[in-house]
Amino acid sequence: MSEARTVLIDPLVDNNPVTLQMLGICSALAVTTSLLPALLMCVALTSVAALAGAAISALRHRIPNNIRIIVHMTIIASLVILVDQLLKAYAFETSKQLSVFVGLIITNCIVLGRAEAFAMKNGVVMSFIDGLGNGLGYSIILIAVATLRELFGAGTLLGYPVFELTSNGGWYVANGLMLLPPSAFFIIGLLIWGIRTWRKQQVEKPEYQIHEVHRTEVF
Amino acid sequence: MSDKKEFDRDSISNTLIVAIGLSLVCSIIVSSAAIVLKPVQARNEDLFRKQIILDVAGLMEPGADVDALFASIDTRTVDLASGTYADGADMEATVAIPDDLDSAGIAQRAASIDVYLVTENGRVNQVILPVYGKGLWSTMLGYLSVAPDGNTIKGLRFYSHAETPGLGDQMDKESWRAQVDGKKIYGDEGEPVIRVIKGLVPQGVTGTEHMLDGLAGATLTGNGITGLVQYWTGSHGFGPYLANFREGNTDE
Repeated sequence: MSEARTVLIDPLVDNNPVTLQMLGICSALAVTTSLLPALLMCVALTSVAALAGAAISALRHRIPNNIRIIVHMTIIASLVILVDQLLKAYAFETSKQLSVFVGLIITNCIVLGRAEAFAMKNGVVMSFIDGLGNGLGYSIILIAVATLRELFGAGTLLGYPVFELTSNGGWYVANGLMLLPPSAFFIIGLLIWGIRTWRKQQVEKPEYQIHEVHRTEVF
Repeated sequence: MSDKKEFDRDSISNTLIVAIGLSLVCSIIVSSAAIVLKPVQARNEDLFRKQIILDVAGLMEPGADVDALFASIDTRTVDLASGTYADGADMEATVAIPDDLDSAGIAQRAASIDVYLVTENGRVNQVILPVYGKGLWSTMLGYLSVAPDGNTIKGLRFYSHAETPGLGDQMDKESWRAQVDGKKIYGDEGEPVIRVIKGLVPQGVTGTEHMLDGLAGATLTGNGITGLVQYWTGSHGFGPYLANFREGNTDE
């Protein structure tokens, strides 16, 4: 139990795929302009990560080493197409906003990374939980970024007005920068800073220590 | 070494079995999903298109039955060159657009195109024309609704585009769509002069009936809208049809 718990909880903050491992940043930038598509993207990625983990783990004794990445990609791609088709059928309007990014889950480093690093070495149930945990870790960041961007960029949350915009006679001047991709970089950067201030053990050791030069050495 | 012989997963035979077996299983899953979900998806696309047409016509109400509302709309095929109805025409035939007329940036168009007539109390009160053209990033597809005078715009709405989120896609906003209502397409010489300007339409100057609010931060999207509306209402687009429509002699 405790092991499953660790596998599920660890990627949420302590080993978060986005803020610690810096994976999946690309989609985190692209789909976070408003909250609804971000939520849908989270569901899509989490289900793909969990199911791909379980499927790859089930086949792990059978998958030949030399074609293992291709096998991972095939399984992940099939799941992604499945999710994409389901979204087009049952969440049509939002799937239009997500456009290519659901398809790009195929190349999402989190999904492939967990397949290679975890599912190939662990059991089906644990791999499923690991995929779920990492998907949720990604989701937490995505939801946080999307909430900030939609709130300050458009004054709404899930399309419902929160701040009354000046264009509608209110007081809030929408910050257009929040709707552009760079703002996601800023927000993710600030989140990483915040998390590392809170969890000091995440701070990496500097690769080079700047060496203090004394006068005596120069001469 | 373990006591029983290890299964050699790197053998050529296993590699082939896994590769072929997996491809088969995955392709069956993917294709059956596509086939099973196809009707639902096609229905979504169709509903969405109808919803946009109804929306441009100002008939859409939240929660309304799209199909029932759409049933009141009359779909006719227009031959663009003559500007007359040509129901049953070959919809596949295309016409190249001369470069100097191609303000929409689309190079060619169909010879005959479906338009949607909205009738109220037995009289046609607007016609909805499909319009499309190059935006900043890709083709913008939409519908333009024109009043019976063949000159006054009643609505303009895009249903498919890839303009910059938050900047170019302001054209989807309620406020932008509302200001289009009542604008005039044609100037004194009968040429389409309606255009998206920079900034908001000023008050108290002449010619504001031909101006649409600019899209702040999305000048190229605005230029795209100007180009496509001018092309489709121009002499090579629906111009002849709108002229006939105004005079009420659209039938052959």
